[in-house]
Amino acid sequence: MAEQDWKANRRAFAAVSLPTLFWIVLFFLVPMAIVWLYSFGENRGLTEIEISGTLSNYKRATEWLYLTIFGKSFAVAALVTLICLILGFPVAMAITFASEKWRPWLLLGIMLPFWTNLLIRTYALMMLLGTQGFANKGLGALWEGTSWIKTLVGLQPLPTWEPVQLLFNNFAVVFGLVYVHLPFMVLPLYAALDRLDRSLIEASLDLGAGHFRTIMRIVIPLAAPGIIAGVMITLIPALGAYLTPDLMGGTDSQMIANVIERQFKKANDWPFGAALSFLLIYAMFALIAIQSMRRKVPEAH
Amino acid sequence: MALFARIPRAPLEYSRTLWMRLWVGAVMLFLYAPLIVLVIFSFNDSKRNVVWRGFTTKYYEKALGNDQLVEALLNSLTIAALATIVSLALGAVAAVMLWRFRFPLKGAVDGTVSLPIIVPEICLGVAFLMFFAAVGWPTDLVWPFNLGAITIAHVTFCFPFVTMVVRSRLASFNREQEEAAKDLGASEWQVFRDVLIPHIKPALVAGALLSFTLSLDDFVITYFTSGPDTITFPVKVYSMVRFSVTPEVNAASTLLIILTVALTFVALKAQGVKAIAETH
Repeated sequence: MAEQDWKANRRAFAAVSLPTLFWIVLFFLVPMAIVWLYSFGENRGLTEIEISGTLSNYKRATEWLYLTIFGKSFAVAALVTLICLILGFPVAMAITFASEKWRPWLLLGIMLPFWTNLLIRTYALMMLLGTQGFANKGLGALWEGTSWIKTLVGLQPLPTWEPVQLLFNNFAVVFGLVYVHLPFMVLPLYAALDRLDRSLIEASLDLGAGHFRTIMRIVIPLAAPGIIAGVMITLIPALGAYLTPDLMGGTDSQMIANVIERQFKKANDWPFGAALSFLLIYAMFALIAIQSMRRKVPEAH
Repeated sequence: MALFARIPRAPLEYSRTLWMRLWVGAVMLFLYAPLIVLVIFSFNDSKRNVVWRGFTTKYYEKALGNDQLVEALLNSLTIAALATIVSLALGAVAAVMLWRFRFPLKGAVDGTVSLPIIVPEICLGVAFLMFFAAVGWPTDLVWPFNLGAITIAHVTFCFPFVTMVVRSRLASFNREQEEAAKDLGASEWQVFRDVLIPHIKPALVAGALLSFTLSLDDFVITYFTSGPDTITFPVKVYSMVRFSVTPEVNAASTLLIILTVALTFVALKAQGVKAIAETH
């Protein structure tokens, strides 16, 4: 598609570019620049911050405590992404190969939670997972059932059921993040699978490969760009998640976003919070760079 | 005999296999069960959430009688409406700029416009907190001007989505239509208004819907930019959840879920299921 040179129609270009540039510079780049500058500052008194060019905030951020929190956030986000991929891939397959009548409704079924307020969804999950919630009741009933069957076959019954703590621990954080991010994974996977040339799958099946082998050797390699897109779309927000670890996590399950928040609300150490924010942004950039490098590899052949 | 009469499964009809159906059913149950439980128990006549003690709507009365909650909801809707209008205009204009023109540093501008999507919410929230503190943004304005800071923050993360959607729609625009209009004497503005805008209208509807829900949904960025007088619905619900879980929260949440479903169905009526699905 031929693009017009901006000099050929200066007035039209000014009309579309000035509002955009104005907004993006004033309300995005300037705020980000302020954070970046503050990350080299230090507290002087209660409200005063002097930008002295110090690296002490970054030095503090590389202390063992904060490194482990960074590492843990990565591990949690990676685990969440993996679970979403395993849960979501068959769903995306099912939507792709569903009949014309069913496909839009299945898609809508995935998208409706995606559009529902994140806080409400987290709260709904908390209600379900609480010690008095249905998850515990269901597990309790299962426990009683097993106990009853054991007495039936003449074994010792199980000890009485104690409600398990499903909330306020690492399990709850992973569970909550999977719940929240699953639609993020399914939608790009579906988009990739839908573009797939079906005759290739049919050819593979006709030539004697089983369904499992076809999926592993034909579908997954062809859908790889979509899988990578889904992984990135899930991994990035999961890494910066604040709400789920805050509401569903325990004292030991805080992620990097919670540490950043604390610097601004309770600890009142803005320069350190700014440094942590930028480290998180750099981590995102690194992830995206790795992804775009991977994308270029097949083109080199 | 129905079992034998059924049409045999074609090799690619994966969604007709039993385990596939069970899997999809289980995932849907996982996605919807918490929400359904929440909605059902908003009608429960009990302080404790889990035991069913009879049907009541008193928590809806309580939620709607809670002035702070209603005010927060009104604030949220106002912000979402304002942010949607600005995001649509800004997003469309940015999309046209990136689609139509060749200019120096285009790659950098293109990347920067989509950057707010990638930057983690927490970092954007922190940036706005520092920015509004640094410029000394007034906090004592009258309603609705006191919502200005939050609205600005929301526009920054909403409009790149509009740009994305509009740009993919513009790719299918036939340039000859524009030339024909110009040959027939239309001015630059007339072409934009009468040819380009009608073409991108579906994308604008989708973008508006996306901005509205994103803005209504946002907690983290608002949490950093809201003051004591500018509480939004998610921020209010957050403090309610944080300090005590009450059936009132269930009732208020149900109202918002109903709003979301209603919006979705308006979109469906306007565009059909397929078009909505394709915008994602």
